[in-house]
Amino acid sequence: MFCEKAVELIRELHRMSDGQLPAFNEDSIRQVLEEMKALYEQNQSDVSEAKTEGKSELIPTIKFRHCCLLRNQRCITAYLYDRLLRIRALRWEYGSVLPTTIRFHMCAEELEWFNQYKKSLATYMRSLGGEEGLDITQDMKPPKSLYIEVRCLKDHGEFEIDDGTVILLKKNSQHFLPRWKCEQLIRQGVLEHVIS
Amino acid sequence: ESVAHFDRAVLLFQAWLNEKFSPELLENKSELVECVMEQLMHMEENLQRVRKGDLKASVHRMEIDRIRFVLSSYLRSRLQKIEKFFPHVLEKEKSRADGDPSFLSPEEFAFAKEYLANTEVYLKAVALRHMPPNLQSIDMLKAVPEPCLDSFVFLRVKERQENILVEPETDEQREYVVDLEEGSQHLMRYRTIAPLVASGAVQLI
Repeated sequence: MFCEKAVELIRELHRMSDGQLPAFNEDSIRQVLEEMKALYEQNQSDVSEAKTEGKSELIPTIKFRHCCLLRNQRCITAYLYDRLLRIRALRWEYGSVLPTTIRFHMCAEELEWFNQYKKSLATYMRSLGGEEGLDITQDMKPPKSLYIEVRCLKDHGEFEIDDGTVILLKKNSQHFLPRWKCEQLIRQGVLEHVIS
Repeated sequence: ESVAHFDRAVLLFQAWLNEKFSPELLENKSELVECVMEQLMHMEENLQRVRKGDLKASVHRMEIDRIRFVLSSYLRSRLQKIEKFFPHVLEKEKSRADGDPSFLSPEEFAFAKEYLANTEVYLKAVALRHMPPNLQSIDMLKAVPEPCLDSFVFLRVKERQENILVEPETDEQREYVVDLEEGSQHLMRYRTIAPLVASGAVQLI
């Protein structure tokens, strides 16, 4: 039946309800586009036959093929747009550099969309005033406590906190430190917030 | 100066809640955002001058982090709605009369236009240009859903309102009017009280 491949694309995304990005299904899209081409060409010839030979009995078939074409268009754009929404979410979750495993699941045009989106977002955030603007991809949770428990993931040497004390950040050591001092190091992957 | 700071933080807090709970994008508050950014900068500067280890520093630090969180969350709320409803947001801005207040800041407007262009270019490149000639474009206004103005919201009344017209929920009901007393709290359809949110007469909670 027509449009089955297109609906399969939708089902594929529907199955991954947690926002994961499956590999770009180039094959299925190509098949749907080929089906659209075939339907369109059949309609072209039927339309001219209906006009020149007055075969109005062809009209229901023509209308039916047109509906299938519209449905295919709608399914493909829904599939592509839903993927864009998942890709957009990746910028907010992973930052501006995507893990390679995820990049492999994106087609070239999606990577381009991601790059443009990143740029747009960066321009907007810089415009928010002050010297560097405001990075609104940080501060995702309300600040709960002044001090947090952190574990050191790599050797970072000496680290001075506000009251003058010097801490030695050795790999696997754990410390109870002021949160604002750690944020930068957490983002860089030097420290890890331990939530018990 | 600290009184002005307090007022701005309160205004930011109110704008944040309204934007969070409103189904549609509200009027932009660029001036408030600018003031709060300035305030944060001053607070950071003051913090550098405080003697290290002073307990006051921790409290100031917490305050800065809280305000920065509310500001970021406010701006994120707006950006999310701009992205979600981008064709409608742009259409609204385009058809706005010269004197009417803008819903988007100039930077948000630029962001929205870029988002539209980026998405259109993408769809064309990856699929639409391979489709039959009469199907190579999509009407974004039809394809992207509009915000649901009939969603229910919680609100607290700041200024007494009389004769608010409430639409019937079922066929048996008829429309009726309510008076909203100052300080009272209600659960109503956003559409009914939308102008009151804009005017500040009610606060979404």
